[in-house]
Amino acid sequence: MDVLMGWGGQLLHGALVTLEVAFTALALGLVWGILGALAQLSRWWLVRQLGFLFTLAMRGTPELLIILIIYFGGSVTLTGLAKSVGLAAGFVEIPAFAAGVFALSLVFGGYAAEVLRGAFLAIPKGQIEAAEAFGFSWWDAFTTVRLPQIWRFALPGLGNNWVSLIKDTSLVSVVGLEEIIRVSGMATAVTGEPFRFYLIAAVIFYVLTTSNGLLIAKLERRASRGERELAR
Amino acid sequence: MNPTLMIESLPALLQGTWLSLQLLAAALILGLALAVPIAIARLEAPLLVRGAIAFYISFFRGTPLLVQIFLVYYGLSQFDVVRESALWPFIREPWFCAVLTFALHTAAYTANILRGAIQAVPAGEIEAAHACGMSGPMAYRVIILPRAFRLALPAYANEVVSMLKATSLASTITIMELTGTANTIVARTFAPYELFVTAAAIYLVIAAILTAALRALEYRLARHQRAPASTAAVIAGDAHVQA
Repeated sequence: MDVLMGWGGQLLHGALVTLEVAFTALALGLVWGILGALAQLSRWWLVRQLGFLFTLAMRGTPELLIILIIYFGGSVTLTGLAKSVGLAAGFVEIPAFAAGVFALSLVFGGYAAEVLRGAFLAIPKGQIEAAEAFGFSWWDAFTTVRLPQIWRFALPGLGNNWVSLIKDTSLVSVVGLEEIIRVSGMATAVTGEPFRFYLIAAVIFYVLTTSNGLLIAKLERRASRGERELAR
Repeated sequence: MNPTLMIESLPALLQGTWLSLQLLAAALILGLALAVPIAIARLEAPLLVRGAIAFYISFFRGTPLLVQIFLVYYGLSQFDVVRESALWPFIREPWFCAVLTFALHTAAYTANILRGAIQAVPAGEIEAAHACGMSGPMAYRVIILPRAFRLALPAYANEVVSMLKATSLASTITIMELTGTANTIVARTFAPYELFVTAAAIYLVIAAILTAALRALEYRLARHQRAPASTAAVIAGDAHVQA
């Protein structure tokens, strides 16, 4: 008997939507993360405080609530805008995909800002001074001395955030996006087998998170290949 | 933004907050009670048990909490065995399912933190305990666990805040905690910003209080590692003289 009860294609599609949300939110989230880290490292007090406030708000608010704010809030704002321009009389709804991606990118950005700031500060000052002493320009020192090490220091943290992001995509099902959980829910409604389909959903997520975890571990080893291994 | 609406909905939101806090407390207490034996068994039990525990931890850490809640709340009711069992009156209740899932979820994370902390206890201290004639369980009770709890506290503080946020998922199985209450009022008033931002602010305040409380506990538990106030002054004075 078919374990998937004919829902294989739908589930595969759901898994692809999940990955699409995750990767888009990752790309956009890295932008917020870099901007957030730059703000926290800024020389201006107000910008620094705004950077810390962003991280604090994103880390202290439930992800589900952020998705709801963006989804319902965004729809209300868009409807208001459309009305003021005289475009549409009815209710404008933003797509669940866009709202989910934007909300999750903000969450990822909040955590990534903290990680990137820490990585930037973890680079010994002497190395930058040495680069300057050799006549490196700021840009050269940044690309050849700072960036490779920011990557190495930030990778474990960003890797954790990435795996969390994959799991958080499940929350976008609450606003109606047809990703893995939503598809499983629909399959449940038709077949009356909730345990089977939610277990399948769990297995898909488990495969996604563990494979990405292994990938990150590999990247980490690669990024720190110049480091001396601890004697065992 | 409509401030009147925010104030008017505050009593309902605070009632939801109270339910969120109850969920959090129940999950954390049960979770911690489960996590301690699990962490010890993860290190000391026979190979097969260790493997099973490692799988339990990686499953709960590697899948979304939402799917875990749905598996327990919707999934278990699929089986006749469950529906006919004595536990059915409990498993039927969303509140029970939420607490059960949250507890199993946080137990997996906490056990992982504790395992790391137990492994970080200096080997010399454990050897010393054995050299003093302590049995394995006694060494755990008197030396290893107290030390491990202190080492685990900073990571556990993060876990507590993350569980506070996780309680919002109870709203997906009809529980009217803070997020669920805010969502219901939004459906009626259609004022998402007012309600959700107020709810977010309440979560932030609770998270800040919890973080501060756990940091105070961490400080208190490390008091034997700080120099007494009088000695500290003397050392500071010495440093001053030397400088």
